[in-house]
Amino acid sequence: MGDPQHDPVASTDTPDEAALVAAKAKDEGIVVCDACPVLCRIRPEKTGACDRYGNIGGKLARLDPFVVAQRTIDQNGRMVPFVGADWNGELVSGAGTFVTGIGAGTTYPDYKPAPFIVSSAVDGVDMVTVVTEGIFSYCGVKVKIDTDRYVGPEQAPVRVKGEQVGHVTTAEYGSQMLALGGVRHLTGGSKKEGVVACDTMLTLCNKGAVEMQVEGGAALTVQAGKPPIINGAGEERMRVGCGSATIGIFARQWQGHADEVIVVDDHITGVLTEHQAGRFLDLRPAGIRVRGRKSTPGRYFQVANPGTGWGGTDISDPLSIIEKIDPKTAWPGLRLLMVSTTGEHAAWFVLDGALKPEPAEMPEAIEAVVARIGENCEPALSTVIFMAGAGGSLRAGVTENPVKLTRSVRSALTRVTSGGAPVYVWPGGGITYMVDVSTMPDNSFGYVPTPAIVGPIEFTMKRATYAALGGHVDCIRPLDSLRAVERVKTISWPPANPWPLDPPIGNAP
Amino acid sequence: MNIQTGLLADGRRLHLNHGPIDAVIEAWGDAREVRLAYEQATIAFRDVLPALVRELAVLRWPLGDTAPDLRGPVARRMLAAAWPFRNSFITPMAAVAGAVADHLLAAMLIGRRLSRAYVNDGGDIAFHLSAGERLTCGVVGNVLAPTVDGKIELVSEMPVRGIATSGAATKGTGGRSFSLGIADAVTVLAHDGAAADAAATVIGNAVDLPGHASVVRCPASDMDPDSDLGERQVTLAVGTLALPEIEAALAAGFAEAERLRQSGLIYGAVLTLQGRFVVCGDRSKLMQAA
Repeated sequence: MGDPQHDPVASTDTPDEAALVAAKAKDEGIVVCDACPVLCRIRPEKTGACDRYGNIGGKLARLDPFVVAQRTIDQNGRMVPFVGADWNGELVSGAGTFVTGIGAGTTYPDYKPAPFIVSSAVDGVDMVTVVTEGIFSYCGVKVKIDTDRYVGPEQAPVRVKGEQVGHVTTAEYGSQMLALGGVRHLTGGSKKEGVVACDTMLTLCNKGAVEMQVEGGAALTVQAGKPPIINGAGEERMRVGCGSATIGIFARQWQGHADEVIVVDDHITGVLTEHQAGRFLDLRPAGIRVRGRKSTPGRYFQVANPGTGWGGTDISDPLSIIEKIDPKTAWPGLRLLMVSTTGEHAAWFVLDGALKPEPAEMPEAIEAVVARIGENCEPALSTVIFMAGAGGSLRAGVTENPVKLTRSVRSALTRVTSGGAPVYVWPGGGITYMVDVSTMPDNSFGYVPTPAIVGPIEFTMKRATYAALGGHVDCIRPLDSLRAVERVKTISWPPANPWPLDPPIGNAP
Repeated sequence: MNIQTGLLADGRRLHLNHGPIDAVIEAWGDAREVRLAYEQATIAFRDVLPALVRELAVLRWPLGDTAPDLRGPVARRMLAAAWPFRNSFITPMAAVAGAVADHLLAAMLIGRRLSRAYVNDGGDIAFHLSAGERLTCGVVGNVLAPTVDGKIELVSEMPVRGIATSGAATKGTGGRSFSLGIADAVTVLAHDGAAADAAATVIGNAVDLPGHASVVRCPASDMDPDSDLGERQVTLAVGTLALPEIEAALAAGFAEAERLRQSGLIYGAVLTLQGRFVVCGDRSKLMQAA
């Protein structure tokens, strides 16, 4: 700056008003960061020079905030701000605030502050929460995709951007399962494989959408809590059961209202009067034979090809799956319901004098059962479970004797949470846990370029328990002291999650 | 944001942060000497960012035939390092990180006896070696998937006191600046940090495949309205390249590096792109396989 008169910025950390005005953006959506004297002008969804502050939705935001979750204090869900002028010290030092591990560490190379060890008095008992962010090389993501569509063969590689990031694993009821990430893809393969695997896990865990391709199978778009997209088609409902199961569930409700029910399903198509359920009800055989390969009475495989029509098949005309109608068994006036496993498709027919099915108006009693099939189909979702093991060094951040922490968790004296969300701790050695990412605050996860995933983890126990397991008692700081931490961000407590500071947490250590 | 200074968790290294500047410092020597050196670096650090900001507008201008009148000690180091490259586009900002490292190293050495020391400002490093001492640097070919691909053994007899890396890790992907080129990394050894920083920027820009369809670019100002690169097209992403293309891009960068080496501006350089690398300079002295 040749002319010192025009220096836009004073030499202190506090920019004067004129400087701020000088730097104010004329361009649309730009935010001026006043966190340091550089006064970066930041475009929407970009970061400033330091990469620590960004323009998120038109507002300046610290990008690795340290998240403090507060339980809402009244029925209206009003929040008491943890930081700021309206802060009420009493509420915070009470039981209403839980410190999460989100942002407790940092992804920045070479700089990792010690985990926070925070105490708060709950019901007269001094509780200690050890808060940290784990860097997990041993971690993976299990994805459950509610669909009956063919996703790919078991063990088939799942690829993102051409790199294998996981595989198709054992199918579960009404769902296809993927196992993604894991140490072998993160660090055992090529660098690119590791980076893509890490990015895939990070995006899924932060509730983002990932496109993937199953080798010899489908193209998938998966996002936690959202319907899966399979080969470009969005899945809407999870079927109530296979065709055979649907027969079993609703047989009694059809009795007396229909003479035959065929539940069209790509997997197992059910035929009521041939089915065990129909026999049990002494229903008269209807003599309607469907295409496909007979499995057991009333259960048929491969009545059509897989597709996006009725019941996951490629048919749009249900009668096309009828191979023949036996004139010796069937009778004129026979009432036939054809329905899909989700109730999305249904048609009502009555056989005419030539035993030809004629479309007819569906009776109310049948309509009600069809609607009930739909009602019993839950929305099809992709769900994402993060699974990781807390290793020796992470546990050492909590106690001088890591195995004592494991034992304390085992004996339920110490509660483990991830971003405040409940976890399932796998039996056996170590602290290997699973957490549903949809129960965690948004953007709870980060990464380090190792590559490895950084996830929040909190251990909560009584102060006496903490001391007994060799905890870093001298590092305990009162909850109030976190108010001075510049990057604290307060979020509302998700009401569905149990409050981690609530008893019971074991008894004597 | 206030200035943050303190030892890292290992209790040995000093971390200094102010706004976009993060420096990690380590010194070896008598404990008292190290402590005093850290104090000196911390004191010198206080005015680094404010002084830079005072002259920031000028530091973002492209250099021409007339040297701008700069006052700050770091700004002057930046100018000196960028000056040899003024015949093509360059701003003093090309050397900012290396110049900060040099400035802090100089401050911590005044009156101190240290056997070795380094100041690492986001990968641009200035270091001190007393006679007979050596320092081993790991070279990482890809910041996004870092492994030590090779080692550079720095010995006191070498005329090298600065090492800097420029590369594809731009803003949002681990780095804090933009490149006009497509290299995964260009690591340069030079007589100080600022010289290495400026040269790494210039060589990194030269590793390029102009107009290639797999290279995604946009004007720097679209990303950062105040970028010193203005409307120039900066690299956002590089798709998979065929081997001859990788070699052509590296050859372009190597030619520039060799020109700088022969004019005495750098001691050597290692250029990497998609798993291939070339070494400029005395390979036997520079690289040891990891």
